Amino acid sequence: MRPILMKGHERPLTFLKYNRDGDLLFSCAKDHTPTVWFADNGERLGTYRGHNGAVWTCDVSRDSMRLITGSADQTVKLWNVETGAQLYSFNFDSPARSVDFSVGDKLAVITTDPFMELTSAIHVKRIARDPSQQTAESVLVIKGPQGRINRAIWGPLNRTIISAGEDAIVRIWDSETGKLLKESDKETGHKKTVTSLSKAADGSHFVTGSLDKSAKLWDSRTLTLIKTYLTERPVNAVTMSPLLDHVVLGGGQDASHVTTTDHRAGKFEAKFYDKILQEEIGGVKGHFGPINALAFNPDGKSFSSGGEDGYVRLHHFDPDYFNVKI
Amino acid sequence: MAIDNKPGWGSTQSKLRWGELEEDDGEDLDFLLPPRQVIGPDDNGIKKVIEYKFNDDGNKVKITTTTRIRKLAKARLSKRAIERRSWAKFGDAVHEDVGSRLTMVSTEEILLERPRAPGSKAEESKVAGDSLAQLGKGGAVLMVCRTCGKKGDHWTSRCPYKDLAPPSEGFIDKPAASEGTATASGPSKGTYVPPGMRAGAERTGTEMRRRNEENSVRVTNLSEDTREPDLHELFRTFGPVSRVYVAVDQKTGMSRGFGFVNFVNKEDAERAINKLNGYGYDNLILRVEWATPRSN
Repeated sequence: MRPILMKGHERPLTFLKYNRDGDLLFSCAKDHTPTVWFADNGERLGTYRGHNGAVWTCDVSRDSMRLITGSADQTVKLWNVETGAQLYSFNFDSPARSVDFSVGDKLAVITTDPFMELTSAIHVKRIARDPSQQTAESVLVIKGPQGRINRAIWGPLNRTIISAGEDAIVRIWDSETGKLLKESDKETGHKKTVTSLSKAADGSHFVTGSLDKSAKLWDSRTLTLIKTYLTERPVNAVTMSPLLDHVVLGGGQDASHVTTTDHRAGKFEAKFYDKILQEEIGGVKGHFGPINALAFNPDGKSFSSGGEDGYVRLHHFDPDYFNVKI
Repeated sequence: MAIDNKPGWGSTQSKLRWGELEEDDGEDLDFLLPPRQVIGPDDNGIKKVIEYKFNDDGNKVKITTTTRIRKLAKARLSKRAIERRSWAKFGDAVHEDVGSRLTMVSTEEILLERPRAPGSKAEESKVAGDSLAQLGKGGAVLMVCRTCGKKGDHWTSRCPYKDLAPPSEGFIDKPAASEGTATASGPSKGTYVPPGMRAGAERTGTEMRRRNEENSVRVTNLSEDTREPDLHELFRTFGPVSRVYVAVDQKTGMSRGFGFVNFVNKEDAERAINKLNGYGYDNLILRVEWATPRSN
């Protein structure tokens, strides 16, 4: 395959997201402007101007009309996807690290970093259908985990919130009461910071990637550890193919070590693993910095990766990918 | 893709009146020619266009144009996605000038690189997929991990328990016996050691490249259509391939008829040479031999 290279960002990529139809790709980077691209040919559709800091994360509503972005400028903003107009801005007292729309797009879960004397927190906000009626008040605020919460997503039927972060523990919270329901086991769970968390297409299970050089597959309801994928470098990004039983891990050595070693030693490939057999299927090379973000097109026929090198690489699979065997 | 920018013969012809034809101009006898034919595209995407015209000397010439139509991606878009396709650009994308080239197609063919040839067993030692495994096979050196003391399993730098071990005394200890002649005469206490050569560092640049060149195989008499993926497909049956390169003429973009394949393991390269030298590929007899390193 010949990947499409998109150089719209001046700084390292942080997050990638496809809309539900898979025709738009949203990219967030440490420069201040999230960007939307056509996912088939990589043409840039527009940028969302207004943030004043690194943009860590985004999510797009099911109807592809609303975009929500979380940034280090301590705001979370709602945007009109079509025009790039800012609809609303939630202000926090610390940087926002992750956002996720609930099923139905009526709620959004937002995590904020520990900052000054504030601890990290998970906020649930109600998203009004009409942006003029949007309010800033939180439905629920959850505090407790130590350190940064790198990712929080909605569990099945919006009943739970799944979070993971610097303390390496995956937690499931009740989204009504904010009570802690389940916690991953210290023995079997991750040993270092969990960097990324990604749900399966049907939400029944999710995969977490960690700096302990592994990725783990969990059941969304029971938080049972199902599979572990071992690799030889820290994992910054994980995603799952909606079509085949493939898990993709992205990562690489720290940016601070890149200049002292050969580029082949960096292992900046996106690694494909068989979801069930936990065995490596192959790697896709190309980035010359660690991979920070990965996203699969909902049709499973293409995926994109964003790297520390500032490039988004959009890969449309060759036909032989679909009958690849171990 | 074939783009037909000539107006159809029929339409222009019908607008012309007989009386307007200049009698001394032979080219206007075009209507005497057989109509344009389009055949295909067939299953392979081959489309043939047959046209007839008069050349300068007044002779009838048949022009057959054969093109291959390639579909880049099959996309089934929803109604709303098609609607979104026509959305106006906004933000910075509005002022995008044509020369900015934000989106490019990679010039490099990227493959899903298999960790080992399909079908082989995970237990084989060469599966390690890098040239380090083969160092150990050299025989004389024995791999002993200095962190966990395990023999023959991995190098110190690859030790899975590396992070758990107490920090070593630093970089100035003597290089591992296995590091070979390159560093054996090397650093005593206090001298500067480049980061890449330090004991804890991953194997790097020049050393790796040199080793790779040893397993480099030159393939000549390739057909012009042969591309890197084809060559990779052909050679990977012999074992893990670390690099495939086909020389391409910068100006014409055509293959120059030779290429290089680097194997991870020397034995695989040897087998490939034995098997494929003289092998008929694309109607040409391949010549496969060891690549001789450049004189410098």
